Amino acid sequence: MIALLFLAPALFVLGTLVVYPTIETIRLSFFDRFGEDFVGLDNYRRMFRLDRMRTGFRNSMIWVVVFPTFVTTVGLALAVLSEKVKWRSAFRVILFMPAAIAVLSSGIIWRFMYDADPGTGLLNAVANVPVAIFNPEGDYPGVAASHDGLIQEEPGDAISQVVEAGPDGGVALLGLLRLTDAAIPPEAVQAFVPTPAGSGTITGVVWRDTTPGDNIKGIVDPAERGIPGITVEIIDTSGTTVATIQSGLDGSFETSGLDPGTYRVEIPGSTFREAWGGINWLGEDLITLSAIIAGVWIWGGFALLVIAAGLASLPQETLEAARVDGATEWQVFSRVTVPLLKPIIAVVFVALTINALKMFDLIIGIAPGSVQDDANVIALEMWRTAFTGLGDRGMGSAIAVFLFVLILPILVFNIRRFRLEPEG
Amino acid sequence: MTTGATTRAGRVSGLARVRGWFSKSAVQIVLVVVALFWMVPGIGLLVTSFRPLEKVAESGWWNTITSPGQLTTENYSNLLGNDTLVDAVINTLLIAIPSTVLPILLAAAAGYALAWIDFKGRDAVFLLIVAMLMVPLQMALIPVFRIFRTVGLSGIPAVVVFHTAFGLPFAVFLMRNYYAGLPKSLMEAARIDGASEWKIFYRIVLPLGFPAIASLAIFQFTWTWNDLLVALVFSGEQKPLMVFISNRLGQFGSGIDVITAGVFISALVPLGIFFAFQKYFEAGLLGGSVK
Repeated sequence: MIALLFLAPALFVLGTLVVYPTIETIRLSFFDRFGEDFVGLDNYRRMFRLDRMRTGFRNSMIWVVVFPTFVTTVGLALAVLSEKVKWRSAFRVILFMPAAIAVLSSGIIWRFMYDADPGTGLLNAVANVPVAIFNPEGDYPGVAASHDGLIQEEPGDAISQVVEAGPDGGVALLGLLRLTDAAIPPEAVQAFVPTPAGSGTITGVVWRDTTPGDNIKGIVDPAERGIPGITVEIIDTSGTTVATIQSGLDGSFETSGLDPGTYRVEIPGSTFREAWGGINWLGEDLITLSAIIAGVWIWGGFALLVIAAGLASLPQETLEAARVDGATEWQVFSRVTVPLLKPIIAVVFVALTINALKMFDLIIGIAPGSVQDDANVIALEMWRTAFTGLGDRGMGSAIAVFLFVLILPILVFNIRRFRLEPEG
Repeated sequence: MTTGATTRAGRVSGLARVRGWFSKSAVQIVLVVVALFWMVPGIGLLVTSFRPLEKVAESGWWNTITSPGQLTTENYSNLLGNDTLVDAVINTLLIAIPSTVLPILLAAAAGYALAWIDFKGRDAVFLLIVAMLMVPLQMALIPVFRIFRTVGLSGIPAVVVFHTAFGLPFAVFLMRNYYAGLPKSLMEAARIDGASEWKIFYRIVLPLGFPAIASLAIFQFTWTWNDLLVALVFSGEQKPLMVFISNRLGQFGSGIDVITAGVFISALVPLGIFFAFQKYFEAGLLGGSVK
């Protein structure tokens, strides 16, 4: 009787706000959006047909499969590695800090990290270092060929012209578009007008083939300036580069001593290569993977801490005995440590699986509005369906029930494990 | 013979020592890299929160290493001059404090009954509460929303009541288990002395339960301070920090300055608690890993 007095307040709150609503949610899942008309299994049927929800279910499955394994592995590895290090407590504090702050905030922090622009997103800035060394941006990025006599696959690629070096010599007109006047060095002068210069020669010009009001391309007009300092390669039919020339202040270049024949006059693509746009971490293809990596950052410290606590309680004699028997550190780890840690690893794994299923704030924080549909997960979809827009309570309930059904095996597992423990 | 054996043994152990030294340094290097990976995102946000908006848009935060002159407290002064944010901080406190106190009060009493008072069906009740630990709160949002609308509960009180209910299973679980670990002789002695159950609870069990209550308080306070989902559904016009920040996310780009500073301000409290009460924090978290 006295027990009831102690228990009553808690049981009343749990009864009205946890137990009753849980049953009511199951009931509502068979009703329409207002909870008024019985619709049978309609909500469940519709649920698996909507694109947005299917994406959500698929992503949640990816989360459940990848996230707990990933985080537990990281936690286990770091717990074992940091065990013998003097500064292990500092290390563990650092790794645990993200678990203290709001998951929404962590998501936002990673949205900044993942910015696609290598100028502002750190991950892409780091990735950009090798790119900048091996594939640097050209001096004139994104430039296009000006007339039909030139060959270019896409703006930004190499530009070339096929030139016949006959008895009079050949002429190349490498007209460029899509570059501003300001991009041309100030010392550049009126473009050169090339004429054939005799047998075995190719003369040419690289210039900005546009002036205000000019609609005829491929002809050097007055007030069109040459572009100096451009590397031009003369390539023969076998693909061998026979000459490499730099254009002058008027954009002119000339080569002589060529055998009569056909040549390709080319400005290499590196001149026009555009700056690297970065990996689109937050794009529709990578967003779930990116969010999971952020999840490792958030929950890795938790896994580390729990496993490290388990590790500290292992019987040292058992580990020592294995070492004395000549086991390598790897054997000690895989044959002794891990089997002994199995119960604690299971606890971490289960907790992370529940977290994966209930993932919500992280997606809101990390996914820009335009990719939220692609990053969708069950818990997020439940909220969106029930509480945003028109608010479909029936369908929202059905999604909640579905989430609960996925968690149910874990609940049963935990209760069984709990009953097996002698302490309670 | 003897000398040769000694030398060989010495050489082997020397080699092993060198190998051991290398693998030890390799481990240290790996751990340093990992620690950096964990620190850099937070540092980036902190630095970003001190940069003017136009700089944030055009270059990365690491540029401040070469030009520290751009740092400014402008974002923070803008924020603190912003009534909505100050209100959000107050709302967050008004939610987190009662949402911590109420479940602990209820759970301290319930935990005592479940641990030390014999009655029929005790284990069943406890098991039921353990089962509730894993009921996702999504299962209650819609009906509770309807109940609150019927009884006219909204804003901060609604959020508090919901947090109290969903904080309870874990709180009861933790308190009951902690009490169960107290020595039995203590209760028996008190009962023989004729103390009432209420007196035993109030005078003996509650004070002894302090470490559990501290862990629980820290866990629950941090949880409710950081909560987004419950606040989104129930807070209405009385928005706490997380709702304030998530609303700004819709205008990401124009509101970056406010977001970074807001995120940092909202992180100060849980981080402060974490560093001040690390032991309890970790204890609460380890216990909470069943949740």
